[in-house]
Amino acid sequence: MSLTLKKNITRPFIALFAGLLLAGILFTAAEAQNPTPTDNEVNAVAKQLYCPVCENISLDVCPTTACAQWRTLIREQLAEGKTAEEIKEYFVANYGDRVLSTPPTRGFNWLVYILPPLIFLGGVFLVYRVFRSMKTRKPEKPVVPPAEPVDLSQTDPYLAQIEAELEQHRKHGQ
Amino acid sequence: MTSLPDEMNTQEHSRRLPTWVVGLAFAALVGFLVLVGLGLRRAQSGPITVGQNVPPFSLTTFGGETFNTADLSGKVIVVNFWASWCKPCEQEAFELEAAYQSYKDGGEVIFLGVDYVDTEPEALDFIKKFGLTYANGPDMRTKISQMFRIQGVPETYIIDREGKLAYVKKGPFLSTGEIQSVINQVLD
Repeated sequence: MSLTLKKNITRPFIALFAGLLLAGILFTAAEAQNPTPTDNEVNAVAKQLYCPVCENISLDVCPTTACAQWRTLIREQLAEGKTAEEIKEYFVANYGDRVLSTPPTRGFNWLVYILPPLIFLGGVFLVYRVFRSMKTRKPEKPVVPPAEPVDLSQTDPYLAQIEAELEQHRKHGQ
Repeated sequence: MTSLPDEMNTQEHSRRLPTWVVGLAFAALVGFLVLVGLGLRRAQSGPITVGQNVPPFSLTTFGGETFNTADLSGKVIVVNFWASWCKPCEQEAFELEAAYQSYKDGGEVIFLGVDYVDTEPEALDFIKKFGLTYANGPDMRTKISQMFRIQGVPETYIIDREGKLAYVKKGPFLSTGEIQSVINQVLD
């Protein structure tokens, strides 16, 4: 076999091999960019959302067809590279705030976050004041000036009479 | 020199909370109660009943066209709530389309399909599957369904020419004739 013939046979094989290698590299790179999200990744987002059809069931455990569709949507959006926050925003825009497991921090919803700590702090403050006043409070007994011996017989005629009779009795007895 | 009861009163007074704190606490309490009251009032206000005016709303279709009911006065509006995941909705889909076809040329009846908590690809598949040609769009943030206080899908509300609710159907229509009969009554 001549050298030219060998070259003619080998070249297509090299080109084919190089082509396959390049295709493999490109496919791997594409896969690395958009990996298929795992169930755990999907459920991590789904857990933060609630099914608006069947109330009080989070999306990760909801068995309805609608929820299955939404989980598929989450998977697709994760594959597109969207973050959990972006996906949640999409769901809120489409289905309203009630799909969120926690109320969004805007409008009157702030009360949900502000009131409980405020009430708690107010309660702590009141308890502190009550304990402090109990500690510093002095006994509230009325202060009575020392009693002076009073000769009641001088004011009460009956006592005076008894005293006089007793005195008389004492004298007679002696 | 202050007497003993006066001193005690002064101490008692100093232990009390400042007036502005008490006032603020009362104001916060009253404000909170007002909010709770408004919330309860809103929650207890029932659905729109037959004969009541339907507040105007707008629906943007999957194709991007916007329908505002305020611009449709003088026409009968059929508002149908549906979803691709709803099996009973499939029962009436062909019938609704057939009814729409029978009124389309007259221009007196407008059909609005409101897609309730659905995903767009599945909704579009549903529309294609049943060949729906009337306006269909998603109920963004579930505003329209909340306004009507729907209990499920399918539900259909027919608004008369004066903008008042004329008819409510909970569940699927069983035939095209049933839909036409109701619409004709409202048209008359």
